Formats: sequence, structure tokens, C-alpha cells
Amino acid sequence: MEANQATAVKYDMEVVRWFTIAAAIYAVVGTLIGVYAASELAWPFLNFDIAEITFGRLRPLHTNAVIFAFGGCVLFATGFYIVQRTGATKLWSNGLAWATFIGWNLIIVSAVITLPLGLSQGKEYAELPWWVDIAIAVVWLMYGFNYIMTIGIRKTSHIYVSNWFTMGMIIMITYLHVVNSLAIPVDWATSYSIFSGVQDAMVQWWWGHNAVGFYLTAGFLGIMYYFVPKQAQRPVFSYRLSVLHFWALTFGYVWLGAHHLQYTALPDWTGSLGAAISLAMIIPSWGGAMNGMMTLSGAWDKLRTDYVLRFLVVSLAFYAMSTFEGPVMSIKTVNALSHYTDWTVGHVHSGALGWMAMVSFGAMYHMIKKLWGVEKMYSEGLVNVHFWLATIGTVVYVVAMWVSGIMQGLMWRDYDEYGTLTYTFVESVSAMHPYYAMRAIGGAIFNLGAWVCLYNVVMTVRTASAARSANAVPSNA
Amino acid sequence: MSDHHDKLYSTKLQDKTERSTLLLFVLTAIAVAIGGIVEIVPLFYLPNTAMCQNDPTCNNTQHKDLQGNVIPMDKIIWNPDTSAHKTLADWQPGDGVRPYTALETAGRAVFIREGCFLCHSQMVRPFRDEKDRYGHYSIAEESMYDHTYQWGSKRTGPDLARVGGKYSDEWHRRHLRYPRDVVSESVMPNYFWLEQKPVNVERTVQTLKVMTMMPFNPVPKNIYTDEYIAGAAAELEGKSDLDALITYLQGLGNHVKFEEGVNYRD
Repeated sequence: MEANQATAVKYDMEVVRWFTIAAAIYAVVGTLIGVYAASELAWPFLNFDIAEITFGRLRPLHTNAVIFAFGGCVLFATGFYIVQRTGATKLWSNGLAWATFIGWNLIIVSAVITLPLGLSQGKEYAELPWWVDIAIAVVWLMYGFNYIMTIGIRKTSHIYVSNWFTMGMIIMITYLHVVNSLAIPVDWATSYSIFSGVQDAMVQWWWGHNAVGFYLTAGFLGIMYYFVPKQAQRPVFSYRLSVLHFWALTFGYVWLGAHHLQYTALPDWTGSLGAAISLAMIIPSWGGAMNGMMTLSGAWDKLRTDYVLRFLVVSLAFYAMSTFEGPVMSIKTVNALSHYTDWTVGHVHSGALGWMAMVSFGAMYHMIKKLWGVEKMYSEGLVNVHFWLATIGTVVYVVAMWVSGIMQGLMWRDYDEYGTLTYTFVESVSAMHPYYAMRAIGGAIFNLGAWVCLYNVVMTVRTASAARSANAVPSNA
Repeated sequence: MSDHHDKLYSTKLQDKTERSTLLLFVLTAIAVAIGGIVEIVPLFYLPNTAMCQNDPTCNNTQHKDLQGNVIPMDKIIWNPDTSAHKTLADWQPGDGVRPYTALETAGRAVFIREGCFLCHSQMVRPFRDEKDRYGHYSIAEESMYDHTYQWGSKRTGPDLARVGGKYSDEWHRRHLRYPRDVVSESVMPNYFWLEQKPVNVERTVQTLKVMTMMPFNPVPKNIYTDEYIAGAAAELEGKSDLDALITYLQGLGNHVKFEEGVNYRD
């Protein structure tokens, strides 16, 4: 994968180390906030009549923390790692990479302050105030420019497939963030979108679904295409499949957002078009998942001993599952039942926990050993413990949401023999209670795994640093 | 990467693209732009999308009844020039879609601030059960003044698009303060503390001004007149966030008088 001269290159890895540690911390924080918000829905007394921690303010903090803090730091860490190693070059600008680290973390701090205070633009996954949006654009462009310039100064002839995906993400997120954030400020805290109604809904879901499609999928496919072959010590199964995967995904994913608006006041053709392309997307998505899976062919026995590989393989299984479930949910007849229910929440989490977080953890464990120059993690057994906590937590979460979502959908549309609605709305709310409790427990199991990961990472880094300072003592002393 | 630099593994174009940062950048930038352009841009030019600025026909939107008669757009979107009711204060439910009053605007800001849209949708779909539960399906015109639409994506609680007038002000006050006093199975947080917060007068007045400056579907100046904006502060004086929120909720969904048999979406 890397050219032979790579061994001679001294990479800029300190910033990657910091992003990796930050990611391990944000994984704990982001999922912890999620568990709390989920618990509030099961046991509403947990709102404690404190405005700052009510569900309506905590939920955006959870989504921003997992997507932008955890996901972002994983993307920056792996991106800067991959682009250097596959190009056999240092970063175009190490300084700009550090500015990205500081800038991104300042954005996270401002999110932690503003969201609980109720500063919100009222758009899902784009709640942050207008001046934070400007900061995000600046830091994102700093990152993107540095990344693309680093590809430009690579020593290898071809650009590696991971970098195609990351470049696609950089470009698309720039389009999305800029257009979706167009707003007129009222004062420092408040602003309103320049779009309204139908147009705003379409722009929002063009953003919302492609934040998933590019930030959380293309970016993480870049991770998959580097770390799966590296960890399995085998080349990618099919180069041609990866070409197909890339172009079909970059061109096709963009169309899907409209399927979030089936049966709404958005014109029918738009939602139907979104659903049609969604169904077509099963082909490249499964092609990509197979490509990752088949990379292991002939090396499946490694799964018995290699816990990191387990994370990567299970993440691909969830990727395949979610990219099948999503298109099914976009079909109008299914969407009529699933929309507005917990099924959507379950779908998002099978992607976010099962695919995105799992592939991230796999990549992080792989990178940490390389970055700190150790053979093993502090405890390989704890990697296995983390793997099982993450897998079980995700499954419990997703199953709870499947049951509650389908149950909600069926209760809402049920008629009795007299032709009147069988259930009042609040009966559907109380029927959800056991599943909301189960979801909170599933999330807590996943969160426990993140703690185990953080402990293992900290201990590995401490041990490695101690060994390094011991080695620094001259041998003839 | 392979060391066989001259061997072609795919097409010539793909090979060339993989070797050129600029070419890969340009082709990717084009590929990811197309879907959004095709799905978003037409919504500014087609009928039935409530893009109505400076065009009373809203790009030739024609809602027809069973006989094929077109419903005049000023029956759907309130136009003070043609309506019997000339000012926001005179407007009556059924006169057609109107922008929010000053107090409703303050209430809508509370709705957004508290993240109500995360659990309550404002978009009734054209299904039998939704008609029975909530009322007539929502139409594009009803959210044309909603800068930041509030259709929502999740119903942990019920849809609110037609909640206006369904319950009394007093019911809303009790329910918002302590939801479980009214609906014992509710999982909504208590919002009694909204009663202690006075509305932000300055911000609300500024919001009205901003709404007239919007590039898409701004509030017409003959509705938010200079006179109306000048009098807005007086309307807001002494009101709490809770008062504002209730006023906003009570104004939802009763703007249009829907006729049987009219297709309001095509």
C-alpha cells in the first residue's frame, strides 16, 4: 500500500496522536450524554426541572458530540494518518493541522456552552449558532485545503482509494454546510434560515442525509479501505469494485435526502426520486461491504485471535445491514409506517454505533499501536471486552427501537370495529416505556465499552511513554 | 500502491483521474453537485411549492376542486389587499395563511429554543388515521413563512400542525407547566419555569424586521407595516415565554379554510 520509500519519511504524527486521544474521550462523553437523554424519555423525572438538561436541549448536544466531536476527531486523526502513509509524504502543513485541532476543539467547547443554553437554529444536526457555523466553515476549509495539498505533494503515482472517499467528503460537506447554514442573524444568539417551508425542508434533508452519506459514510469508508487491508495484511479484494463503489456513492448518495420527506408537502416527484435512487444505492453499498469483507478471504482464521479485526468485520456487517434497511425504509409504503417513529432512530443508531463507531474503534486500536510504537495494547483482553460490550449494546439498542418503532406505527393507524381509532396518542407513549428503558440500557452497555476503550488507550500511552523515557537512558550509564 | 506504474488496472480516464489531484477534485466536485441541483433548484420554480414572493400565483399553483374549478390563491394565502380583513389584528381564522404576530413570533422562538421539534412534528400526512387524529393534511403554503421549517422528523409526542384551538389556553398552561398533572403517561419535561421568563422584546421586534428582509418568501411590507413593527413592543410588554408559546400553539393550523374534495397538493 505504501511505497517502499515510506520508511524513510518522517511523518507528522503528533497531531494525529492528539486527535486520537480526543476521539477516545469524546466517544465516552458523546454516548454518555446520549444515555442520559434516552433515560429522560424512559424516566422523565431525570429532567430535574433544570432547563439546561431538558431533553430538548440535551438531544442536540448528544448528536453534535457524537457526530462532530467523536466522529470529527476520528476523521481528522485517520485522515491525516492515511494521507501521509499512502502518499509517503509529510503533511503539506503541520501548522495548519494543529490549527485544525485547536479550532475544532474550540468549536466543540462552544457547542457544549451554547446548546444547553438553548441557542438553536432549529435545524436537526445544524443547531449551532451562526457564528459557530462560520467557524466550522473556516476550520473545515483549513482541513480540506491541507488534506488536498498533501495529496498533491504525494510521492506515489496513484492516489489511494481512501483519499478519494475523504476528498469526496471534504467537497460535499463544504457544499452542504454553506448552503444549509445560510441565515440572517437577528442578534448574536439568534438567526433564521433564508429558506422557508418546502425549500428549507429539502435543503435541510439534503444536508441531513448527506451528513450521514458523506461525513459518516464516505469519510468512514476511507477508514475502512485503509485499515481493513492493513489489519488483515492482505490487499483490498477488488480494485475495480472500489472504483465502482466510489463513483456510484459520490454521484448517487446526494439524491437520497428527499426520502425523509415522503407524504409531506414536498412535491411527490422529489420524494419518489429520492426513494428510487435509494433503492439503487443498495448495489454500490453492498459492493463496498463485500469488498471489505472479501479482503479477509483466506484469512478468516485471524478473527479468532485478532480483536481489532473483529471490530472492522462487524462494522462492515452493520454497514451492509443499514444500507439495506435504509432503502427499504425509503419505499413509500414502508415509510408511511416507519416515518416519525423510533424505527428511524434505530436505523440511525445501527449505522452510527454498529458501522461508524465500530470501524472507528478498530482503526483507533490499529493506529494507537503504530503511533506509540507498541506491539500490543496495554490489555488485548480489554479490546475483546470492548468489542463484546459495543456489539451487545448496539444490538440491544437497535432491537428495542425496531420493536417500539413498528409498534408505534401500527398503534397510530389501528382502527377498531366501529371505524374509530383504537388508541389515543398517549397510549402509544406509555406502550413505549419498556423499550425506552431497554434502549437506555443498550446505550449504557455501549457507553461502558467506550470507558473500557479509554482506560486501555490511556494505559497503553502511559506504558509506551514510560518505556520510551526508560530507553532514553544511555546504555553505558 | 503498486510499483507497476504503467499498467492500466481500469479505464484510461480512471487511471488518469487517480494520478491527478486536480482532475479527481474537479470530477468529484461535479459528481456530488448534480443530485442536489436536480432536487432543490426546481422547488423554487415549480407550482405547489409555495414559492410566492412577488407572484400572487406562486408559480402558477392551481388547487382544483372535483369540478375542476381553481381555488383562488388569495383564499389560501391571506392577501390584505383583496381580503375583507386588512390588518394582522383583524385577520380571522380561515382568511388564509398569514405570517406570525409579534407574540406568536416570540412563542415560536421558544418552541425552537426548547427543541420542541425534536419530539413534535408539524406536518400532517394525507392518511385516514392522521386525518382522524390531527385533521386535514398539511399543505406547502401553510409553512411558507416558516423560516426554518418546523415539520420535524419524530413523534415522541403528537403532531402539532393543527393543535390551534383544540384545547383551551388554560389546558395548555397546566399541561406545559406540569405535563403529568394533565396526562399522567406523558414523558415531556416540565416547563413551569417558562412562566418566570419575560419575552425578549428587543429580539422579537428585530426578528419581525429580519422576516421582511428574507430573500425567499419575505413577509410583505403591507403586513408587517412600519406601524405594526412600531407597535409590536407594546403587544409583547408584560408577557412571559409561556404566554408567547401558548399563543403560538393556538395559532397553528387554522389559517386555511379547507373545502372537501379539493386537491391542495397538486
